[in-house]
Amino acid sequence: MSEQFKEALDGITRVKGVRGAIMVTDDDGLIIADAVMEGVRSDAVAALAASLSARMARATVGAGVGEQHFLHLQAENCTLLTMPAPNGVLIVVLAEKDVNVGLVRLEMLRAVEVVE
Amino acid sequence: MKRVRAVEPWIEDPLVRFVTEAGARLTLIMTPAGQVLAQHGFTRAVDVMAAAALGAAIVSSTREIATTIGEGAFKALNHQGIHHGIFLAEMSTPRGPLLALVVYGSESSVGLVQLFYEDLVQELVAACPGEEPARPVIAADFERDLHKSLASLFGR
Repeated sequence: MSEQFKEALDGITRVKGVRGAIMVTDDDGLIIADAVMEGVRSDAVAALAASLSARMARATVGAGVGEQHFLHLQAENCTLLTMPAPNGVLIVVLAEKDVNVGLVRLEMLRAVEVVE
Repeated sequence: MKRVRAVEPWIEDPLVRFVTEAGARLTLIMTPAGQVLAQHGFTRAVDVMAAAALGAAIVSSTREIATTIGEGAFKALNHQGIHHGIFLAEMSTPRGPLLALVVYGSESSVGLVQLFYEDLVQELVAACPGEEPARPVIAADFERDLHKSLASLFGR
């Protein structure tokens, strides 16, 4: 199973501009599998992204707009993308600010299918 | 109201940063014998003493299990409950080993606690003034130190 996860993450990291892709447990913020560039602190990204996603999930439900399907955070120097998957898994991607988000999202959806 | 209280002042700033960033509900920094050096979130002395004694006992027990199975020591221990998690870890400082007991709720996670715990250890090691020279234990000093510690931990 972990090989399948790794392959799914490799599919995401093949997109130009992606610095790393991580599968995280959404409640704990712990890493299930990761494929990141050297210098990326995957444990930090995993923990903080899971926390952010959990807070956003509470906010969207609280605002009455339903559950979140995709989170896109555009920062000054990078892009953070998260997508909830079944079984309490969260797909997290860290990328350059000018990454093709549509293409990354497609690969993240493929990774979600692997988790299913 | 001041929520972090420390017997050893050098612990206070790193601990304030840790509880703020990790979202910890309760935190204890103590010696492996269960002597509390700093606390966050506790309101009753009896709760602090009980948590410190139990935390120290858990670390002691797991160290023995680690020795039995040929491990040097366990780095950290996490108990995951439905509403709360308990993170317990041992760190090395110039003052000797210290224990951290952290209780966190659903607004935090073990990942966040682990992440900021690493920063806490680095900051405590940097701030630690070094080993204190051993003093003879005198009954009057013991009593005075005990009251001083309780006053520091609960602001009395």
